[in-house]
Amino acid sequence: MIADIILVIAAALFIGVYVSWRAGRIDRLHARVDMARAALDVTLLRRSSVALELATSGLLDPATSLLLAAAVHGTRGGDRPHDLAESDLTRALRAAFGQPGFRSSLSGKEGADELLAEVEAAAHQVFLARKFYNDVVAATREARNRPLARMMRLSGKAKAPEFFEMDDSLVAENSGAPLGF
Amino acid sequence: MKIGITCPYSWDVPGGVQSHIRDLAEALIDEGHGVSVISPADDDTPLPRYVVGAGRAVPVPYNGSVARLSFGFLSVSRVRRWIREGGFDVLHVHEPEIPSLSLLACWVASGPIVATVHTAIPRSRILLVTYPVVRTGMEKINGRIAVSEAARTTLVEHIGGDAVVIPNGVATRRYRKADPLPGWPGPGGAIGFLGRLDEPRKGLSVLLKAFEILGAARPGLRLLIAGPAADHEEVLYRVPAGLRDRVVLLGQVSEEDKVRVLHSVDVFCSPNTGGESFGIVTAEAMAAGVPIVASDIDAFRQVLRGGEAGELFATGDPGDLARAAGRLLDDAARREQLSAAALAAVADYDWSVVARAVFSVYETVVLGSTQVALTDPGSEFP
Repeated sequence: MIADIILVIAAALFIGVYVSWRAGRIDRLHARVDMARAALDVTLLRRSSVALELATSGLLDPATSLLLAAAVHGTRGGDRPHDLAESDLTRALRAAFGQPGFRSSLSGKEGADELLAEVEAAAHQVFLARKFYNDVVAATREARNRPLARMMRLSGKAKAPEFFEMDDSLVAENSGAPLGF
Repeated sequence: MKIGITCPYSWDVPGGVQSHIRDLAEALIDEGHGVSVISPADDDTPLPRYVVGAGRAVPVPYNGSVARLSFGFLSVSRVRRWIREGGFDVLHVHEPEIPSLSLLACWVASGPIVATVHTAIPRSRILLVTYPVVRTGMEKINGRIAVSEAARTTLVEHIGGDAVVIPNGVATRRYRKADPLPGWPGPGGAIGFLGRLDEPRKGLSVLLKAFEILGAARPGLRLLIAGPAADHEEVLYRVPAGLRDRVVLLGQVSEEDKVRVLHSVDVFCSPNTGGESFGIVTAEAMAAGVPIVASDIDAFRQVLRGGEAGELFATGDPGDLARAAGRLLDDAARREQLSAAALAAVADYDWSVVARAVFSVYETVVLGSTQVALTDPGSEFP
């Protein structure tokens, strides 16, 4: 009799510990989503800053400058949804970098090589940060959707994180052709 | 005078700016001037003799939509070569605030420059960030033209500077002759309408109500409607079931078919209830010589010379429209008379008249100035 009671209490304890471990895991995943999102925002901001620097550097012709500046402007508030505006900036960068002979036309000008490298590095970081962010979003959504988590409402009031979809494929490397067009 | 005109948008894509430049260039050539237009264009596009292709335009996001533009250092060198070989007395750039050929031309050229603003979009902030780069080009413009009062207002309020307003012209000879669509106007007569079907101010519902009256009394009469709409079915359901087979909806039509539509009807109707500053469609119908019934709004009263060149009816009144259109349908002599009067009146709005107004702007800016030349390479930046 007593053994039965101990067994029931032990089972209840075990289940309780397991459920709370699962809840803690979901909580930790949400925290990781927030961190990944902050990192993604930082890389997007850095990319738009160096793109603006390139636009105002005087290295480019005014039409390309204006295109880039307008695209950067679009990512900083405005009517267009953030993901679309960031994709627009990607496409504007790709159109600028994709001109045949773009790089050779600038090489030799003061500061040009460094600035181009900086823009490309920033664009690559966006690509990485977005990949990592979507990765942890996928894991979180999966954990939230497990039957036990749904039944016990383990995610509490936290909203399901959303994927960040945008066009972030890198600018063409000396290939002379813009990617994706 | 030798005139160089720059077009920012691809020549192979139809658009308002492109047709404006085409009509202006042809009108100037007719007046005996030398005109060369540089425009983005695909290499295999057949171009008119006066157009120089600047290479394929690249689709790129700008202002929330994708535009096909020419930019980059290759475009710069093409514009340079065009200016060097052109020997122009005046350079006329269109939409210099779009990042394309016109902006580049301002940048590399010196001498008399005229700019035409078609759609002024407030984007002062972008201009501010790129200011040193863009300013150099903008400051060289000697005279600005706006195609509408609205464009001028935006320019004055948001970008700074002023402009003279010279509205678009009508290429009247494009409308003069065309074959009617097969089977039109038909023995029972036909009434025509052109314009957006779901824009209330275009007044299609007034015309549909008038057609209920007219159609009931005249068994053969048909209605020909051309123009875009979100839902064509819905338009048809606004007509009583017995009349539906006599209402023909063409949807959006090409420029050529638009002219054929105008020649396919006995009477053209402009039932607008407001919102028109000029009434370009009405003027085009006049140029086709089709008798017109139009609502009595300021824009139409002016272009129709107070009713001399077309019948006016009480704005928004289907009964009055039905009476006016019915009178015209019954009176062939009156139709002839209105057609002749409309052709005479619309000559005032012909591109040749507009081109002369533009030319007087050229004459003003070339005073005391030299030919268009290139700035020294590398001196574009302040």
